Amino acid sequence: MTDTIATDTLVDWITRFRDAVADKRDWLTELDSAIGDADHGSNMTRGMAAVVDKLDAGAPATADELLKSVGMTLVSSVGGASGPLYGTLFLRMGMTAGAVSELDAAALAAALRAGLDGIVARGKAEAGDKTMFDAMNPAVDAFDAAIAGGADISSAARAAADAAAAGRDATLPLVARKGRASYLGERSAGHLDPGAASTAILFDTLAAAIAGSS
Amino acid sequence: MKKLINAPEDVLVESLKGVALAHPELSVDLETHVITRADAKAQGKVAVVSGGGSGHEPLHGGFVGPGMLDAAVAGEVFTSPTPDRVQAATKAVDRGAGVLHIVKNYTGDVLNFEMAAELAAMEGIEVGTVVVDDDVAVQDSLYTAGRRGVGLTVLLEKIVGAAAEEGQDLASVVALAQRVNGQGRSMGMALTSCTVPAAGKPTFDLPEDQMEIGIGIHGEPGRHREPLAPASEIARQLVEPILGDLDFAGPAIVMVNGMGATPQIELYLMYAEVAALLEEAGVQIVRNLVGNYITSLDMAGCSVTVLKVDDELLRLWDAPVNTPGLRWGA
Repeated sequence: MTDTIATDTLVDWITRFRDAVADKRDWLTELDSAIGDADHGSNMTRGMAAVVDKLDAGAPATADELLKSVGMTLVSSVGGASGPLYGTLFLRMGMTAGAVSELDAAALAAALRAGLDGIVARGKAEAGDKTMFDAMNPAVDAFDAAIAGGADISSAARAAADAAAAGRDATLPLVARKGRASYLGERSAGHLDPGAASTAILFDTLAAAIAGSS
Repeated sequence: MKKLINAPEDVLVESLKGVALAHPELSVDLETHVITRADAKAQGKVAVVSGGGSGHEPLHGGFVGPGMLDAAVAGEVFTSPTPDRVQAATKAVDRGAGVLHIVKNYTGDVLNFEMAAELAAMEGIEVGTVVVDDDVAVQDSLYTAGRRGVGLTVLLEKIVGAAAEEGQDLASVVALAQRVNGQGRSMGMALTSCTVPAAGKPTFDLPEDQMEIGIGIHGEPGRHREPLAPASEIARQLVEPILGDLDFAGPAIVMVNGMGATPQIELYLMYAEVAALLEEAGVQIVRNLVGNYITSLDMAGCSVTVLKVDDELLRLWDAPVNTPGLRWGA
C-alpha cells in the first residue's frame, strides 16, 4: 500500500514527464502538424527541460513551493496555449497542496482537481471540445473514484493514467471546438488532440513515479 | 528543409541580432525578445504593445517606431510569447498613461496576454486590450475559438499607433481599436505550406495542382482544398466572403498581402484582380498596401484585407509613421 507521496516523488514525476515528453517530441509535433501549428512537442520539451534544470539547481522542500515553481517555469518558458494551461495546472495544484512535505491520496486528489479547475477557468474548455481537458477530466474523476473505492494511491494513479489514455484516444473522432484546431472544422476529425496526448503522458508518468517509489 | 539558418533553436535570437544591427533606431533585448523604440515616447502618452509568434515578419517588430508600436514581443516561431515577456515590454514602455495590448485572436496569444495583463495590473499599470478577429474564413464562432486575427492587425496597429502618438487617452485608444476591428475583414489562401525550422518539414502536404483556401498565418491548413485556379478566380474566392460579411460600399483601405514566398509581380497582379472586384461592388479604394506585411515564413500565397474608413480613420492612417516596415510623412 502506498499511503502518501513525498516531494521526492513529485520531483521524480516531473523528471519522468520531462524524459517522456522529450522521447515523444516528434510524435507530439506530428499530431500538432495535422490540426495545429506543429510546435507542441518542441514547446513542451523546451518547457520541461527548463523546469528540471531549475529543480536540479535546488528543489523546494514543500509541495506548494515545488509545484508553484514548476508552474511558473512552464508559464515563462513554453508559450503558446500550453504554457498558460500547463502552468496554471501546476500553480493551482501547488496552492491547494500547501506547505507540506507529503501528500496523501485525498490531498493529491484535491490538488489534481484544483489544477483541472484552473485549466477550465483559463481555457474555458468543456468535455468533447477536443482539448487536454478530454484526457484530464476522466483522469481526475478516475483518481477520485478509485480512492473512494478504497484503492491505494498507486492503484488510483494507475487508474487515472488509464482513463487519461482512453480520453486521449476518444479525441480521435472529435471535431475541435477550441484552440487552433477548431479552425479546421470537420477536417480536425480523425486526429488525436496533441494536448490530450501530452496529458496522458503526464498521468502515465505520475503513475510510474508513484509505483517506483513504493 | 533548405533555409538560411545555423541551427533551428537559434533562429529567433540570431534574427533579432540582425534586427538590432540593421535598425539602430530600435532597441532589441535579446533576453526577453522585446523590441522597443530607442527614443521612448513622451511621458503621459498611451503606449501600444503587440506581439505574437515569430515568422510573420515584418509583423510585429518591423512596425515598432514613432506613429505605430512602442514595443513588440517576439515569441518562438509561431508560438506566442510568454506572459513575463509581454509584461516586461509593457513595463518598459508605460509612460504613465496606460498601455494598449493588441492581440491576434489565437488561443495561445489570448491566454498569454491575459496573464500578462494580470501581472501588469498587479504592478499598477493600466492595460487595455483589443483582440483582433478579422478572418472571415472562420465561419461559425460559436463552435470555434472565434475568428482568427490576421491581416487587419497591420492596419489597426498603424491607425491606433497614430492615435496614441497624438495623445489620445487609453479609453479612446481602446474604443478606436475596437471600431477598426469591427470594420475590417480578411481572407487568405496558400499555394504551398510553410516549413517551421524546428519541425524541419512542411506543416502540411499540398499537391502541386491544389490550393488551400481560408488559411491562417501559421501554416495551419485552411477551410478547404481545391484544384489550383487562375488568379481571377482566386481573387473572387477571397473577395466574395469579405463582401458577404460586411457592407463595404464606400471608402476603404485595401491590403493585398504576401505570405512570404510569393513575388511582388504576383501580388500586384492579384491587386489588380481584387481592385476590379471591389470597384464592381461599390468599394472605393482610397489607400492601399501591396506587399509582405504579415507573412507565414516561406508559405506561398496571399491574403486580402479590406477596412471601411471614414475621415477620422483616414486622417490617422495618413499620420506620419517611421518604422522598418511602414514609413511615410516622417
